[in-house]
Order: sequence, then structure tokens, then C-alpha cells
Amino acid sequence: MKYQSQRIAYTYFGCALALFALQVTFGLMMGYIYVQPNWLSEILPFNIIRMLHTNSLIVWLLLGFFGSAYYLVPEEAEREIHSPMLAYLQLLILVVGTLGAVVTYIFNFFQGSYLLGTQGREFLEQPTWVKVGIAVAAVIFLYNVTLTVLRGRKTAISNVLLLGLWGLAVLWLFAFYNPVNLVLDKLYWWYVVHLWVEGVWELIMAAILAFLMLKLTGVDREVVEKWLYVIVATALFSGILGTGHHYYWIGLPAYWQWIGSIFSSFEIVPFFAMMAFAFVMVWKGRRDHPNKAALLWSLGCTVLAFFGAGIWGFLHTLHGVNYYTHGTQITAAHGHLAFYGAYVCLVLAIVTYALPIMRGRDPYNQVLNMASFWLMSGGMLFMTFTLTFAGTVQTHLQRVNGEAYMDVQDQLGIFYWMRFGSGVAVVVGALLFIYSVAVVRREVVTPGPVQAHKDGHIEPAE
Amino acid sequence: MTEERTSPAPAWASLPGELIMWVLIVSELAVFGAGLLIFLIIRLGDPEGFAASQDQLHRVSAAINTAVLVTSGWFAARAARDAEHGRTGPTRVNLGLAGLLGIVFLVLKGWEYADAAANGLGFEAHTFFTFYWLLTGFHAAHVIFGVGILALVAIRARADHVEAGAQFWHMVDLVWVILFPIIYLLR
Repeated sequence: MKYQSQRIAYTYFGCALALFALQVTFGLMMGYIYVQPNWLSEILPFNIIRMLHTNSLIVWLLLGFFGSAYYLVPEEAEREIHSPMLAYLQLLILVVGTLGAVVTYIFNFFQGSYLLGTQGREFLEQPTWVKVGIAVAAVIFLYNVTLTVLRGRKTAISNVLLLGLWGLAVLWLFAFYNPVNLVLDKLYWWYVVHLWVEGVWELIMAAILAFLMLKLTGVDREVVEKWLYVIVATALFSGILGTGHHYYWIGLPAYWQWIGSIFSSFEIVPFFAMMAFAFVMVWKGRRDHPNKAALLWSLGCTVLAFFGAGIWGFLHTLHGVNYYTHGTQITAAHGHLAFYGAYVCLVLAIVTYALPIMRGRDPYNQVLNMASFWLMSGGMLFMTFTLTFAGTVQTHLQRVNGEAYMDVQDQLGIFYWMRFGSGVAVVVGALLFIYSVAVVRREVVTPGPVQAHKDGHIEPAE
Repeated sequence: MTEERTSPAPAWASLPGELIMWVLIVSELAVFGAGLLIFLIIRLGDPEGFAASQDQLHRVSAAINTAVLVTSGWFAARAARDAEHGRTGPTRVNLGLAGLLGIVFLVLKGWEYADAAANGLGFEAHTFFTFYWLLTGFHAAHVIFGVGILALVAIRARADHVEAGAQFWHMVDLVWVILFPIIYLLR
């Protein structure tokens, strides 16, 4: 750790990981409700747990992004963060807001109140006071980080990161606009939801990934920046009008079907570029960085994002296909692998890289961390496959044959049981990950014969 | 054990101009190409309807516009060459003429649009017109943007800026040359 203020990230990552554990636990509970629908139905209904599951995901990823920014901006700008006090104030606002939202969702004290009550828009259910809190926290963050960058060294990585984070904050403002007309409501709703995950978040992802590649592979900054610009250009080119793939069936003009289909088909390009980027950097890199676990998470991130966001997204993005698959388990399959690959793995990658440095435990025993990657990723992939099969069967029975929704759900039971099983693997993997970064101590592992041979210490066998 | 490795220069290093401009150009061509391909595929299902719709377009106006845009591209190319040799005055004159012809294109296109709209040939009139408006509309938006870029690079008339502007303008030009026969002429 070169700069004292990078330590801000430590607290952010800690809060993020705690919320991550909660998020996957809620997910596992929902997986069980899918197969035992009456479980908790009186105390904590499915829709409430779903709000908690999706909202906690978004908040812990945001905490991860903010933490990453506080970690990498000082190194990029070559100076301390403008005000660590403001950074902690920002975290406090976010934590209080999150707790407030959780209490509001579970106990529903202020139903109907604009300022204090839960709001009905999916993913944007937060009470208005929490939304305002998020906006204030974002302003504090942008002030703090922008000032640091402006006064220090300006690099492509920090520029792209700031562009993404400014976009994130500006688009959040659409969360406050809720027209009465349901079509307009959804139109602007996607400005937050789509333009976050398929627009500005991709810029944040590319910037953090570029930082990790720079540190882990030792490739020239010039090369990294070239890739970064290409990724950003293709992400924005395809992602902005790609919003059209949400406008097929909500009451907007039919030409959106073509704009959405064509542009969103190209959304796979930046994800492919990020995957190519990561592998080429490792291929060409001159540095043999000891933190292999961080490299595993980085490479895994780009591969799983390519499949989850790119391939699984393309699977149902053409409007001729989406006419049948819309809102089936296909969407759930895509949602899970895309979020996991693109954003969960990304934050876990930088946590794996930065946490041992901040705790003075670098190098550390990475075996458990790597095991958690394979367990979590294997579980998530298995979940994606079961949900894809469930969605395919559901599409045929429900949309082609015209059977009733709940009759079809009964027939999908086997898939939901398998999904619950894969959910257990993900939760165990997540807890293992947290254990591996929180508890495992500093340790230098003596390399085995293969590594020793690579390093040239021993003679090859005859 | 470390070994010296000298890798050959990457393929993109030999491209003239900015790499990012080429990324944009390839992206644009891919999107317009995909749109035209879908247009042609849908046309297979309804050749008569597409032909009848096409007869309501103004082919002469579009043909004139083709000549206008290609000529404009020639001026942009001259501007790029002048800028390379540091001739600021001629660079600006050529950029101005290129932009002016871009505006002529937009005036003619605007007249075509107004006529189609007056005859009730909107987005929903026929699938042909959905694609007509989408494809030529996106293209016209690029012409407007391109005229802006030509004006912008004329301010300082630096060689690399003018080259980038001309690159973009040629792409707009090229897309029209492909759009025109497929939408207006193909029977």
C-alpha cells in the first residue's frame, strides 16, 4: 500500500463482503421457497426476500466499486484521497440507508408514504429518503475522487473510471422520476437499470480490470490504455441504443424491436474484447505476480461475463425469440450468470488483490481463495444451466402450448431442486471466500517441482 | 529465467489515423450492414409490397443526393491532403465545401421526408417504411453529426484532426452509397 488513504477501501470492502454474505443467504432462502412455496410465507413473503436479494446485490457491488475507486485512484493519481473523512461519511450514509431500506422492506411501517414508505418499482423499491441518501453519497464521492484526480496524475484508467462513476450518479436521478403513465414509467426505469449494468458499469468494470492487469501482468500502460479505449467505445456504441431490447413489449413504437435487436446484438463485442484483453495481457505480461488468486478471479470474471452477459444475453435479445422467452426462467439464468461474471467476480478480484496488501499479509496462502472461485463459479454455472433448461421447458409449455403459469411451474420442480443445490454451493463458496480473505494468514508456500522447474532451479528429468 | 522477447508490431499499428476512429467505422458499418441484411431478408417474404412501397420514393432526388455526397467526400479528401501539407486556407475552403454539400444533402432529404410524411408514409405504413425511416434516418443523423465534425476540425485545421474528420465523413458517404441502391433501386 503506497498511500495511507487507500485504507478507506478496507472498510468499504468489509461492508461489501458482509452484505454479499447476506445477499446469497437471501438467494438460498428464495431457492428453497421455489420448492417449498409455503415456507416463511407469513413471516417473510417471497417478494420481500426478492427485494432484499436484488437490492443487497446492487448495494454491495456499489460499495465494491466505491472501495475499488478509493484503492486505485491514489495509485493512479499519485496522491492521497482529498478527504478520507468525507469518504467515511459517505460510507456511513450508505450503510444507514441500507439498514433503513431493509427495516422498511421487512416491517413496512410507512406504507404509502412518499418519503418513508417502500415504493412499487422493481429494484427501485427504496424509500425516497434512502434514494436521496444514495444521491448525496454519490455527490460526496464524486467531489472527493474527482478533486483527487484533478490535482494529481491523470491516466486513462482513472478517466474511464470517473466517466463511469459520473454516469452512474447522473443516471440515478431517473430513479426520482416516476410518471403516472406505466409506459413512460418503464421507459425511464430502464435508464437506471439498463444504462447502469449495460452502460456505465461496463466502463467501471473495464477500468478496474485494466488496473488489475497493469498490476498483475506488468504490461505497458500504453498497451492497456489502447485496449481500454476500444472496450469503452464498443460498450457505449452498442449499450446505449441496446436499451431498445427492453422496449419491445411495453407499449413503445414497434421500431424499437429492430433498434433493440440490432444494437443489443453488438453488446457481446465489449465483453469479448475484455476477455481477449485479459488473456492477451497475461500472455504478453512479463511479471510473475505472486497473487495467482487475483489473476484467477480476473480471468474468470472476463470469461463468465462473456458467457453470462454476452452469450446468455444474446440468447434471448432478438425480438423474435424474446416474444416467446420474455420473463421466463431464461431471463433468470442470464441475470444470474451476467451479474456474477461481470460484477461479482470483478469486485472479488480486486478484493483478492487489495485486501492482503492492506492487511500486510501479502503473500498469503491462496488455496482456499482459489477453491472458493471454483466452488462459487461451478455452482453459479450449474444454476445457469438448470435455469436455462427450466426456461426452455417453460417457454414451450407456457408460451407455445399455452398451459397455465402455475401448472407449468409444477412441472419445473426438478429444475428448481437442482437450482437449490447449486445455490448451496454458491453460499458455501461465498463464505469460504470471506474466510480466505479475512482469516488466512501470511504464508509463503514452497513451490512444487513444476514451478521450480519453470523458475530454472532444478534440472529437467530425463 | 527471463528471456528477451521482441514481438512484431501489432496489426493495428500500420493503420493510418486513430485506432478508435477505425473501431467506430467498423461498428457503424456492422450496424448498417445488419440492418440492410434484415431488410433484404424480410423483403423475400413480400417482394410486391416492397416494390410498391419503393415506387413511392423519389429516386431522382436520391440519385442527385448520391452525387452530392460523393462530391462532398472528394472535397473532404482534398482537405485532408491540404492539411497534411500545412495549407490552412485551402483546408478550410475544402472542408467548408464538403460541409456545404452535406447541408444540400440534408435539404433534399428533408424534402423527401416531408413529402413521405404528407402522404401518410410513416414508420407504420409498411415494413418497408419502418426500415426506410430507421436506416435513412440514422444515416441522416450521421450526416448532421458529420457536418458538425467537419466544422469542428476546420477551426484549428490540424492534419490529424482533419484526417479523422475526413475518415468519418467517408464512412457516412460509403454507407449512403450502399443504402441507395438497396433501398431505392433494387427490384
